[in-house]
Amino acid sequence: MRSSLKDLLDEKKILLADGASGTNFMEMGLEPGFPPDIWNMTEPQKPEKLHQMFVDAGSDIILTNTFGANAPRLKLHNAENDTYEINKAGAEIAGKVAEAANHAVIVAGSVGPTGELFQPLGAMTLQDAREAFIEQMRGLKDGGADVAWIETMSAADEIQAAAEAAVEVGIPYVFTASFDTAGKTMMGLAPASLNELDKALPGKSIGFGANCGVGASDLLVSVLAMTDADPEAIIIAKANCGIPVVKGASTVYTGTPDLMAEYIAMAADAGVRIIGGCCGTAPEHIKAMRQALDNYQAAERPTLDKIIEKTGPLISPVVSEKDGPKRQRRGRRRA
Amino acid sequence: MSDDEEEIILSELSDDDLVAQMMDDLYDGLKEEIEEATNILLERGWTPYDILTKSLVEGMRIVGDDFRDGILFVPEVLLAANAMKAGMTILRPLLAETGAPKLGIMVTGTVKGDIHDIGKNLVGMMMEGAGFDVYDLGINTDVDEFMEAIEKYKPDILGMSALLTTTMPYMKVVIDELKTRGIRDNYIVLVGGAPLNEEFGEAIGADAYCKDAAIAVETAKELITRRHNQIAH
Ligand code: B1M
Repeated sequence: MRSSLKDLLDEKKILLADGASGTNFMEMGLEPGFPPDIWNMTEPQKPEKLHQMFVDAGSDIILTNTFGANAPRLKLHNAENDTYEINKAGAEIAGKVAEAANHAVIVAGSVGPTGELFQPLGAMTLQDAREAFIEQMRGLKDGGADVAWIETMSAADEIQAAAEAAVEVGIPYVFTASFDTAGKTMMGLAPASLNELDKALPGKSIGFGANCGVGASDLLVSVLAMTDADPEAIIIAKANCGIPVVKGASTVYTGTPDLMAEYIAMAADAGVRIIGGCCGTAPEHIKAMRQALDNYQAAERPTLDKIIEKTGPLISPVVSEKDGPKRQRRGRRRA
Repeated sequence: MSDDEEEIILSELSDDDLVAQMMDDLYDGLKEEIEEATNILLERGWTPYDILTKSLVEGMRIVGDDFRDGILFVPEVLLAANAMKAGMTILRPLLAETGAPKLGIMVTGTVKGDIHDIGKNLVGMMMEGAGFDVYDLGINTDVDEFMEAIEKYKPDILGMSALLTTTMPYMKVVIDELKTRGIRDNYIVLVGGAPLNEEFGEAIGADAYCKDAAIAVETAKELITRRHNQIAH
């Protein structure tokens, strides 16, 4: 059955989101370099099957197969003219599964980054990005998505553009960033700076947080910083299932169901309200997370030591100030 | 900038100081200063190759290290790469004129679905600096584009770059196509990009995995020599 994210958050203390799309689609035969979003039109049974597996494993929220379905990304595959249709279909496929479920399931319309750099570093303008996201979110909304799920962001500009688009389209939104570079996003955003950004964004987000990045431990550190800055905020955590390691000609994620069960308990202890997995998280991991959540006994906020003990060492930790640049400048240049 | 710091006049610096200053300016992404300093060194009789390796590449190495260590982030790295490119634009035609004998031809590109090109561009510049002709197919390159370019440019080396775990398997698609066409052994295939490793390079049938740009140049030279020797015998 369907519900709204707001209502479900009022009803339940912690919501379980779903796992990965890309890595699971590879299992279903996705060719490298091929955008799975296009399956919404050509092979809808594949995203439907994955949604169904996550719902059966106990997910309260499923993300549509539309992560890369914005025009700048689809353009790489000459599919930019189908942006609206791909998104609408994506939301409908997930909606069908949610409808038929015997528990309430939220359909979250996945909105990933354009993959382009914003001016002055690149060519993308805020206006262009906003328009791309509007087109995508119109499709998602018309397909029946309950919320726009802006994810894996790294630049404040791009989050701004997506939030403005959601307001324009009239769909509630959440946003998460990917903290993969020394505890920050690759563009240099720190986790707690999202708390500030959230206050400045148009409309009012339902929540914000961290996804993807580099492993469960690093992500826990990121969300701790957010709940630290504001214990009342609705924070989202979607961690990768361990880290990718190269095995022969393919890569595998190291996380086990047990590891993800440890992770979800610590995320809950950290005050996170919406928890799921990202790359490498298969239905079996979500199942283990569901069990862990159903048997969850609240404990203290996790310390860094506990995180490392339970889910492994940090992969890309914050660089402390004292290790900062040691370069001695040779005087200053003209401005 | 505080007022008591003195302004630096590049042309008044000694060679050593100028090179050190270039590294700072590269670090700060100061494109015009890099252009100016490159021209000054040329006027002073430096070879284009020395300017490239001793100031630009060395400066970029520092930027790369600080990026790896979480001191710099992507915006700073991109500005630095742009500044380097500006210097490189001045040096490129000169390298071609004055450069050592031509070592060979390389076709390069970032594979399909992937738009990361900073590393590939760096490798391309270094290869040019070392005496290779480089034909860069850009980002999001599919197997047909690689095949067309191979026919057109008849390279010695095919260099592919991928930064995503989801796109790196595409390198195998390209190598398999070479095999299907029965032309795999006509080319040296080099692969690179942060998520790759030696095991992966071997598994997909590349000739070598190159950890960084310097290693790419060394490997290219070595494999080209080996190949010439084989042909000679
Ligand atoms: C001859 O053949 C050869 C030989 C040697 C070769 C070679 C070829 N190619 C490289 N080498 C070697 O020599 C070079 C010089 O020494 C080296 O090249 P490198 O490229 O390794 O090194 C460069 C000099 C510097 N390194 C880089 O330039 C990459 C840096 C990081 C931060 C990075 C950047 C800059 C960007 N990104 Co992206 N990005 C990341 C990177 C994280 C990281 N810390 O590495 C990574 C690669 N990105 C990632 C992601 C996920 C993404 N990025 C994306 C976009 C971007 C930007 C546009 C913002 C920007 C690219 C700008 C550009 N013009 O290239 C998106 C991808 C879009 C797409 N379809 O490609 C997006 C998918 C984000 C999103 N969620 O949408 C991650 C990949 C994760 C994974 N498991 O695959 C990532 C590891 C960050 C992370 N999460 O930790 C060697 O590898």
